[in-house]
Amino acid sequence: MQVNNSVGIVAPQSAHFDAPLTLKSGAVLPQFDLVYETYGTLNADKSNAVLICHALSGTHHVAGKYAEDDKYPGWWDNLIGPNKPLDTHKFFVIGVNNLGGCHGSTGAASTNPATGQPWGSQFPVLTVEDWVTSQTLLADYLGIQQLAAVVGGSLGGMQTLQWTIAYPERVRHALVIASAPNLTAQNMAFNEVARQAIITDPEFHGGDYYAHGVVPRRGLRIARMLGHITYLSDDAMGEKFGRKLKDTIKYSFDAEFEMESYLRYQGDKFAGEFDANTYLRMTRALDYFDPALEYNGDLSVALKKVTAQFLVVSFTSDWRFSPARSREIVKALLDNERTVSYAEVTAAHGHDAFLMPDPHYHAILRSYLDNIQVNNIQVNNIQVGGKA
Amino acid sequence: MTVTKQEFRHDFAIIASWLPFGAKVLDLGCGDGALLQYLKASLEVRGYGVEKDDANWLAGMSSGINVIQMDLEAGLSGFEDQSFDTVILSQTLQAVHNTEGIVREMLRVGHEVIVTFPNFGYWRNRSQILTGNMPVSKSLPHQWFNTPNVHLCTINDFDQFCKDSNITIKERLVLTDNKPVTFMPNLMGNLAMYRLENTQLK
Repeated sequence: MQVNNSVGIVAPQSAHFDAPLTLKSGAVLPQFDLVYETYGTLNADKSNAVLICHALSGTHHVAGKYAEDDKYPGWWDNLIGPNKPLDTHKFFVIGVNNLGGCHGSTGAASTNPATGQPWGSQFPVLTVEDWVTSQTLLADYLGIQQLAAVVGGSLGGMQTLQWTIAYPERVRHALVIASAPNLTAQNMAFNEVARQAIITDPEFHGGDYYAHGVVPRRGLRIARMLGHITYLSDDAMGEKFGRKLKDTIKYSFDAEFEMESYLRYQGDKFAGEFDANTYLRMTRALDYFDPALEYNGDLSVALKKVTAQFLVVSFTSDWRFSPARSREIVKALLDNERTVSYAEVTAAHGHDAFLMPDPHYHAILRSYLDNIQVNNIQVNNIQVGGKA
Repeated sequence: MTVTKQEFRHDFAIIASWLPFGAKVLDLGCGDGALLQYLKASLEVRGYGVEKDDANWLAGMSSGINVIQMDLEAGLSGFEDQSFDTVILSQTLQAVHNTEGIVREMLRVGHEVIVTFPNFGYWRNRSQILTGNMPVSKSLPHQWFNTPNVHLCTINDFDQFCKDSNITIKERLVLTDNKPVTFMPNLMGNLAMYRLENTQLK
């Protein structure tokens, strides 16, 4: 069924920032670019902006297409558009490629102004805190003092949470989806295996593979295959592939099972388009995020200054960011008597469920977003009345 | 703001009368959030609802109340001791499996607890049993084979339960058709309303 509720043809934009950015690690980025996209119209009092924070492999291309014949739209197109749950008639939606990304924002493949060479291994390790700081600079650049909402799934949910902690006055609503207040040891272990796959690839060259004209494809491929296993539930994999063979058993190590060809396909696709240095840094940012750390592990204390209203959503079959982890966030908000609703969506897709257009899940988001007050209509009335 | 026409709920009014203005309230099994809406409008309570059912959860959240989706049977582990002024279980007790555990959890989390339930000892229920059938009525609308109610009890039963569990009954009110009943409440009363506190904590 073709429904005409797409944001249509979109184009990325770029913002340049000249002022040096001091990172949490102490490293300094002398200058940087952030590439972003926007959908909808910023209203007169700039009260209708919604920032989408992306996860590990996400980009600024959240909705719409670059050309009519693009095979795929932006990664969260099922959520964002006219009359979609995040309605672009009402909201001005911003997608941004995180700093250190590989889709246009300054990252390890960008030129280091000090050397004229790609940053490579010299590009600093970034944190969720750094990303959020850079996102506030983008909001400044767009003239937006306060966001109506910040929305993020997974690692994007961590950024959303960080916004409410570090810049409480700049965010009214936080939609934290399939996320966690930090990673468990098991979760970090997956990241470590993924990084080891990349770092031990002979073509990694310590992170300076650009100079050698090669890409650590093998490592990236394995890292992505591992990731995909953890994003799906056992049931979802069973339902999707089961033990189905492509043909017959051949007593070989080729991709004989359909699950194997899926993983290989995903791995190959990813290795052809994603930067290994970005992958390393994204996973590290995930590992390091732990807002409760400086408060003796007490998340309730960490969230004391939070003022945003929260919608927290988890998915029953998500074992990488399990409902129990979302409930920790909810508990900390309850301890601080904050405005929060929590939905535990019954879903079979595992962690990937947050990107799926499940009707109940989308009804939750639509309903929550519909209740957010923005001055789209009222602004004009007030202005007319005031001037008369 | 839209005002929807709603029938007067005497039980809501009684619950409101048992709460201080601006109270911090937890409503377990909050359904579509009607009680919390009422308490917000009348007393400006700081309220949270707990609801397991997807459709109810969505209706409650959409109406603007805070709703936490969880199963009461798992306890209230996400809530700190004595972190609410009042914890309410409105016409849900009879559908809870772990009744004793839930009441204990409520007393742990709230300074006070309000429990309401359909009185199985109501004469209309008794008369249906006397005629040989499980009661079906406005307050017990289900048939025996599809009822969610697993722990129906009478006012006498609940009084005894509180006594045995060392729970103080601060107040008890009984209603039939939205009107208070004082004469032979266990026979004449349809809806039992209790205001409880934990004796051991006092």
